[in-house]
Amino acid sequence: MTPATAGTSAGADAALAAAIRAEAGGIVASLFRLTGDFDVAEEAVQEAVLEALRTWRRSGIPDRPGAWLQVAARRNALDRLRRQQRQQKVVARLRENVTVEEASPDEDERLPLLFGCCHPALAVEARLALTLRAVVGLTTAQIARAFLASEPTVAQRIVRAKRKIVVAAIPMTMPAPEQRAARLDDVLTVTYLMYNEGYVSTSGERGDDRDLADDALWLAGLVATSLPGEAEALGLCALLTLQHARQPARFDRGGRLVLLADQDRSRWDRAAIDSADRLLERAAALRRPGRFQLQAAIAACHASAPSWEATDWPQILVLYDMLLRYDRSPVTRLNRGVALGRVRGAAAALPYVDTLAPELDGYHLFHATRADLLRTLGQADDAATADARALELTRNPAEQMLLRARLAGERAAL
Amino acid sequence: MKYVLMFCDTPSLYDQADPDEAKATYEEIFAWFGEHAAAGRIADGGAELQPVTTATTVKSGTDGPVVVDGPFSEAKEVVGGFTVIDVPDLDAALEMARSWPALKFPGVSVEVRPVVDHSEG
Repeated sequence: MTPATAGTSAGADAALAAAIRAEAGGIVASLFRLTGDFDVAEEAVQEAVLEALRTWRRSGIPDRPGAWLQVAARRNALDRLRRQQRQQKVVARLRENVTVEEASPDEDERLPLLFGCCHPALAVEARLALTLRAVVGLTTAQIARAFLASEPTVAQRIVRAKRKIVVAAIPMTMPAPEQRAARLDDVLTVTYLMYNEGYVSTSGERGDDRDLADDALWLAGLVATSLPGEAEALGLCALLTLQHARQPARFDRGGRLVLLADQDRSRWDRAAIDSADRLLERAAALRRPGRFQLQAAIAACHASAPSWEATDWPQILVLYDMLLRYDRSPVTRLNRGVALGRVRGAAAALPYVDTLAPELDGYHLFHATRADLLRTLGQADDAATADARALELTRNPAEQMLLRARLAGERAAL
Repeated sequence: MKYVLMFCDTPSLYDQADPDEAKATYEEIFAWFGEHAAAGRIADGGAELQPVTTATTVKSGTDGPVVVDGPFSEAKEVVGGFTVIDVPDLDAALEMARSWPALKFPGVSVEVRPVVDHSEG
């Protein structure tokens, strides 16, 4: 037993999270294979995860957490099937097959499960919630806290999604070759959303909250390792590794958010940056460019720059122009606007950024970016108005604090 | 696993379609049915519907059913026909829907809905 008695300590919680994450998805997949009932399999594992959180917190993580979870999940699945008073054959199969299977890395059953949970027939929020629960092993309560949503809302989202999977027969299989690229993109998008959800959310008040950014990094690694020939999977893994490498510098000692321009770059994780560079080289060798590789290449430019000013902005602008071929989203165009401002000046960038107003008026970073450009142009009044609008629109406490500080500075300068 | 494919289109966009292309598409649709029927994927050929201008709707009213002119909803898109298919799973159903020849025209969509199976307890 590994003592995890310090229930509130971050280390013990991380160990709990890692132990559950490593096992939960595989057990859902194998129980689904044995029972043929996705809902029963998924609920049984969710219950086992809740039991594990309670028990392991008290008595420590068992030596074989996977075996522990599998035994608990099977017992729960048996109970559920007995209650349904049917599928006697399945009950027998579950009873016989008590030997704990070790997951084999060449045929990871979690991949088909992941592709099923990220099926385009499900709403994006449902894909995210279901992936977190079924593949990554989060509890409904942890998901709700991460999304700042209520537990019943998340629970209902998951119930609806599972009902659709069962009733509409959404297959938990790898997609057909002609759909492979699009479906992989769906999986990677969910993983990316998961990372961003964790990246912006502040550390939870509850001790047992999961670090979604960590979970997403793990998931990106799982996909890239399982599908080594997929350039975009490597690209996303590189991108998230790079973003994570900068994480230690994103907050100062007082817990305040620090923007990329002002970060202490000596605190970036150089080993992680090097490993991301290698991932990106492997991806490039496959000669199938895509949006995640390009975003990773942009992040790599930042990671190798000695300072914000000494960044290779012309190179970044070229990469954004390439990225726009794959991703025309307004947020990508906004980011291109930042690079444009560095290369051709704020006076050239502001009109470009302003064209995005109809699509991005409700997005705080649109107004924060405008404020930045306006400040550079000496229009302090307009900059303050834009920052005030950004402050209104963000619900993230760390971002609110940063914007308030900036506004105080602007008002003092007026 | 049975699904209904509902073939929908947008009448306001009809005049944008080239008549020759529309005629050619009709032939492709026949071929589509032929191919999938031969593969055993069509459980019920369904029906192609007359234009929505010929629709009459019976609605519930406070004093009993009321008969009104027009389709059941005010939506711009209308159902133009349907067919019942029998395939292993949703991916197979979506694959069929994706190959529906009329999808090259704007305003066309195919809704895929699983059918309630009354054979199970």
